[in-house]
Amino acid sequence: MLEIKNLHVKLEEEEKQILKGVNLSIGAGEVHAIMGPNGSGKSTLSYVLSGRDGYEVTEGSATLDGQELLEMEPEERAAAGLFLAFQYPVEIPGVGNMTFLRTAVNAQRKARGEEEMSAGEFLKVVRERAKTLKIDAEMLKRPVNVGFSGGEKKRNEILQMAMLEPRMCILDETDSGLDVDAMKLVSEGVNALRSEGRSFLVITHYQRLLDHIKPDVVHIMANGRIIKTGGPELALEVEHNGYADLLAEVN
Amino acid sequence: MALAVAKQDALAARIAGLSYAAEGWLGAARGAALERLSAMGLPGKRDEYWRYTDPASLTVTDAPKAALFAADDEPPVFDGIDRVKLVFVDGVFDAAQSDDPALAGVEIERLAEAGARDIHWAQGLYGVLEARGQVPVQRPLAALNSTFATDGLLIRVTGRASKPVSLIYVHNSETSDAILHHCVKLEEGAELTVLENGPAAARFNKVMEVDVAKGARFHHIRSQGRDHERRAVTHVFARLADEALFKSFTLTANGVLTRNEAVIELLGDDAVAHVAGAAVGDGNFHHDDTVFVTHAGLRCESRQVFKKVLKNGAVGVFQGKILVKQGAQKTDGYQISQSLLLDEDSQFLAKPELEIYADDVKCSHGSTSGAIDETALFYLRSRGVPERAAQGLLVLAFLAEAIAEIEDEAIAEDIRARLEGWLARHDH
Ligand SMILES: Nc1ncnc2c1ncn2[C@@H]1O[C@H](COP(=O)(O)OP(=O)(O)OP(=O)(O)O)[C@@H](O)[C@H]1O
Ligand SMILES: [Mg+2]
Repeated sequence: MLEIKNLHVKLEEEEKQILKGVNLSIGAGEVHAIMGPNGSGKSTLSYVLSGRDGYEVTEGSATLDGQELLEMEPEERAAAGLFLAFQYPVEIPGVGNMTFLRTAVNAQRKARGEEEMSAGEFLKVVRERAKTLKIDAEMLKRPVNVGFSGGEKKRNEILQMAMLEPRMCILDETDSGLDVDAMKLVSEGVNALRSEGRSFLVITHYQRLLDHIKPDVVHIMANGRIIKTGGPELALEVEHNGYADLLAEVN
Repeated sequence: MALAVAKQDALAARIAGLSYAAEGWLGAARGAALERLSAMGLPGKRDEYWRYTDPASLTVTDAPKAALFAADDEPPVFDGIDRVKLVFVDGVFDAAQSDDPALAGVEIERLAEAGARDIHWAQGLYGVLEARGQVPVQRPLAALNSTFATDGLLIRVTGRASKPVSLIYVHNSETSDAILHHCVKLEEGAELTVLENGPAAARFNKVMEVDVAKGARFHHIRSQGRDHERRAVTHVFARLADEALFKSFTLTANGVLTRNEAVIELLGDDAVAHVAGAAVGDGNFHHDDTVFVTHAGLRCESRQVFKKVLKNGAVGVFQGKILVKQGAQKTDGYQISQSLLLDEDSQFLAKPELEIYADDVKCSHGSTSGAIDETALFYLRSRGVPERAAQGLLVLAFLAEAIAEIEDEAIAEDIRARLEGWLARHDH
């Protein structure tokens, strides 16, 4: 589904190389996890894939079902099925959460040539999905993420994902800031969406999340590269020993 | 000091072709206004109060030509609102196009018809609030209006109006120069909504004086005409008694020059006055909100909320003052003026002022100027919202605080729809 080949990325404004040849291949229905030290380039990878400004791809490619992602506008990538749950969800004063969700859902449908969701149908679906994530009606009425607690923001990201039904979901530290119960809730939300046609890339610092969302493959990223790939046991190894041994291995 | 010769000459030239009927109560009021005007002369660009807006095209003898706006398929504003329509074409009342004024359940008379009488309730209002508003800052164009207004409405409300009174200003001639003056008197406990829309004329000078008695409530929602080349200078003077409420909202889209002044006096205790504006300008657009709120009563609340979205060299001006007089304790005053600059060619000039002579008051003011939030824009786009639509959402979000000042949800929705239409037409 997602193929990243030899991806090199630098900052647009400075001569700072952040990704230095990332290779990653995620098949349909698979769940991959990326772990790695702070500043290794995990969020940068997710931003570059979703089309944020400020980065320059100097080499390599990224395709979603064979379509070159890096040529597309952010909204086109979304319509093609890519979704990023932000590490730091953005507050948008003045834009109601509900308006935002409905605009997004219908914009994607329109871009794909599908029929737009009626207001009634949308309301029904959103209420039902919000309920499973314990997001109350009050939160849906408020402006996007404004005044939400850290955990509420993360749950709101998962609600957006559930409404948009993307095929390639990237979760950037969705577990950070969540209490134990919320982590379970969010994981259940993610697991409910797991299907043959949908893949996940889960960025996390903690093995704990991976107890709930069981990955097929775990990658370790350091200094702008994937330095090791393995099964779920790799996450356990990091949890116990940290990154020192792994880093030493490559050097 | 003798009035500058230039100002005197300008005034003489401007009023040479104007005249008024000297009889009746109105003739007397006009005469008094002419004395005020003659003492002030016309404003010039060196006047402090006109520092950011050049009054030249508002004071020249002949109105600069203004092409008519080619109306598209969009229905006129307030179309879906049940209201009593009163139509003025180039400043002249058009009975044929208007509804029966009696339907609003309030007293409505035309200035042009009521002026010749010996006595009239409007004697206590016409030119009276305007005259009070000449201190401490001069507003000669309002005095010019009181002197030479050709028509207007005298509206008196004793109960609750059954429908909003909707003033529709049609612009039909490319050189029209209209001067209208309305007086609105709300007696104790009365309630009225006045809607205004349309460009009115190539050049429009309008004054509205509003007297809100104890416990009365006045709502004013205005959408200024979309003709690109029209010019307007408007004043609203309001006086509030105990527990009175005054709320005014203005939407301005297009127009080469607009100066909207609001002069509000909170005289009674526990009165509430809100003035708000949302202006969107693209290109040759100069929009000036000048507001002066005076707190004289106890525990009064005032809010000024002005937002402007500017692009392609459009200019926004805000001059806003809160004056809290001695003894006006527990005043709650709020003022915010903000601009969203969609490019680097546009500019916003703001002069917020507080002057406070009471010690137990809460007053805040803020003024900001900023660009679109790129992070928010990316967030929206990453969810599939196309760039233009995302920008539109953020623009409406920026204006939301001003639109929130409209209490009637159907009217607010109508105003939002106008803005969406404007954004769709100006999305590049
Ligand atoms: N816009 C930017 N300007 C300057 N430096 C940047 C920018 N974006 C990323 N970087 C730098 O690139 C490196 C990688 O950042 P990134 O956010 O991708 O790391 P990360 O792996 O997600 O870290 P964390 O685990 O702390 O979230 C860091 O050194 C960061 O400071
Ligand atoms: Mg990160």
